[in-house]
Amino acid sequence: MARFAVRRTFSMLLVLFAISVLTFLIFQAIPNGDPAQRLAGRTSTPETVAAIRRTWGFDKPIYDQYLLTMRNIFTGKVISYTQEVNVDRQIAQDLPPTLSLAIGAGVIWLALGVALGLLSAVKAGGLVDRGLTVLALVGISTPVFLIGAVMLYVLAYKLGIFPNGGYVGLTSNPLQWFTHMLLPWAALSMLFIGFYSRVLRSNVLDAMNEDYVRTARAKGISERRVLVRHVLRNSMLPIVALWGLDFAATIGGGAILTESVFNLQGVGQYAAQSIGQLDVPPVLVIVMFGSFFVVLLSALTDIVFALLDPRIRLS
Amino acid sequence: MLEVEDLRVEFTTDEGVVRAVDGVSFSLAEGEVLAIVGESGSGKSATVMSVLGLTRAAGARVQGSARLFGRELVTASEHELRGIRGAEIAMVFQDPMSALNPVQRVGDQIAEQIRAHERGLSRAQVDRRVVELMERVAIPRARDRVRDYPHEFSGGMRQRVMIAMALSCSPRILIADEPTTALDVTIQAQILEQLARLGEETRMGILLVTHDLGVVADIADRVAVMYAGQIVEDGTLDELFYDPQHPYTWGLLGSIPRVDRERPERLPAIPGAPPSLARTPHGCRFRPRCPHRFERCEAPPPLELRLDDSPGHRDRCWLEPGDKRRLRLVGGQVGLAAGGTVIA
Repeated sequence: MARFAVRRTFSMLLVLFAISVLTFLIFQAIPNGDPAQRLAGRTSTPETVAAIRRTWGFDKPIYDQYLLTMRNIFTGKVISYTQEVNVDRQIAQDLPPTLSLAIGAGVIWLALGVALGLLSAVKAGGLVDRGLTVLALVGISTPVFLIGAVMLYVLAYKLGIFPNGGYVGLTSNPLQWFTHMLLPWAALSMLFIGFYSRVLRSNVLDAMNEDYVRTARAKGISERRVLVRHVLRNSMLPIVALWGLDFAATIGGGAILTESVFNLQGVGQYAAQSIGQLDVPPVLVIVMFGSFFVVLLSALTDIVFALLDPRIRLS
Repeated sequence: MLEVEDLRVEFTTDEGVVRAVDGVSFSLAEGEVLAIVGESGSGKSATVMSVLGLTRAAGARVQGSARLFGRELVTASEHELRGIRGAEIAMVFQDPMSALNPVQRVGDQIAEQIRAHERGLSRAQVDRRVVELMERVAIPRARDRVRDYPHEFSGGMRQRVMIAMALSCSPRILIADEPTTALDVTIQAQILEQLARLGEETRMGILLVTHDLGVVADIADRVAVMYAGQIVEDGTLDELFYDPQHPYTWGLLGSIPRVDRERPERLPAIPGAPPSLARTPHGCRFRPRCPHRFERCEAPPPLELRLDDSPGHRDRCWLEPGDKRRLRLVGGQVGLAAGGTVIA
């Protein structure tokens, strides 16, 4: 266990380093991306640009700029180019909506994905299965910006049942928080429910043909127990792996479309804005922040793997 | 105890209706070991599985009758069957690696069966019983090993776990479907010896499904040979081994390596493959592969007594008993495979 922790921590540092260097270099290569020019504005004199370049350190070699940015990020002093606000503080402020979205939707898509996948497998070939298959495909192939926009138009704008986007803090008004989050949860979950239920369905169908399931039936235990104890448990590994990564990506600002459509003012929406403005510091921080969660969750996933299947050993 | 009469199992597949079991009848008495022998696809597993309503593929249709102490199993409800499975009729399967749930402790897997049939036992009582069962099938350090997972056991030990599980509710009948096929030869003997001993101790009937006549010779009292979904010969162990009546049985017996005979160039095999059960040959089903076929084989031979001196020894072959004895000696069990000449 200790070795596992050390190895995963080391690989996490490696991933963060590689990702940050790559992101940094990409922004150096983007045409028309000179930050000094952009900070100075369109009607600036070469003198102003040069002055900005000197004060922000853009005239230094790339590796110096990288080191300086990294130091600022980890000491909490990194400033965005466009609004010149503290990026770390901005992200801390954007985190509650993103966490609300990720946790709520993550629970919903895991529970419904597993439930519908299992139902689909048990009724394989029947009408219920076929209906769920079509629904799953619709869910997978409809983009969030379409589902989200339609939801907002019909349920919020036309019928007025739900608020028209935005975020209300959980602590300030729990009920408002809940009604504001329902539509984003639904929109984001739909894709994953479709996908997870398809994956689980095929896993369950495979597991049902296993010899140990026949053994379980031959024991005379109830069909329900056969399904839950013997079939489902052996079908969950890929789902756990998927969920870990998808959940991590959502926390790390991966739900860019959902956050933007519903104007949640979360990390993802901040990422979208910053990329649009070629604002390197926020993008760097968010990318590293997201990678951190992906690596962390993949380590946790491995631990859950070992708990679910005794044949798997950590490290 | 168990009376199976005219059992038929059909599967609907892409190739059409496959009749895997076609009118099989046999009975099993207390303390008796009945071996059902045949090649892969002869319908032997489908026969025993359908007795417990465990025929795997969806769309299987089971007809005929299988009575356990007079109770009909073929038409029994799923609920009734559940009460019988594991409690009155228990099963041991072929591959103990895949037949045990890889993510559940072996002790829990045995306990699950006990709890399914006997309510009201305390945790401690069940635990004690599990350890006793594992000791009974000679698993060393049973007390420690209940908490181990299947992958931590060797193949032979896993099969012992399967047997312990099967015995957990003191069943009247044990169905063993190729119980030793996946094991090393030395382990095979141990497991068979154990099954035979347990059968004697508990007086349970054992239905042994196998393609291995060596296994049969070790523990069976009676033998039924299956071919293409039908029993082609049945009788006592001695009758079948010393006076086999059906050319298919001769072929099976000829395929056993023997140390007491001159070694043939290669081990003989029955030429050809079993017929597709979707399109069984008309007449005698073994006819296409039989070196001794003649005109009469165009009509299907019934399974009946054809010998005056051994009551209970039935077969499905039109040849005269005298011809059979001569042919299997002349052609010999070895000659059957090499030959192909039609005599008579």
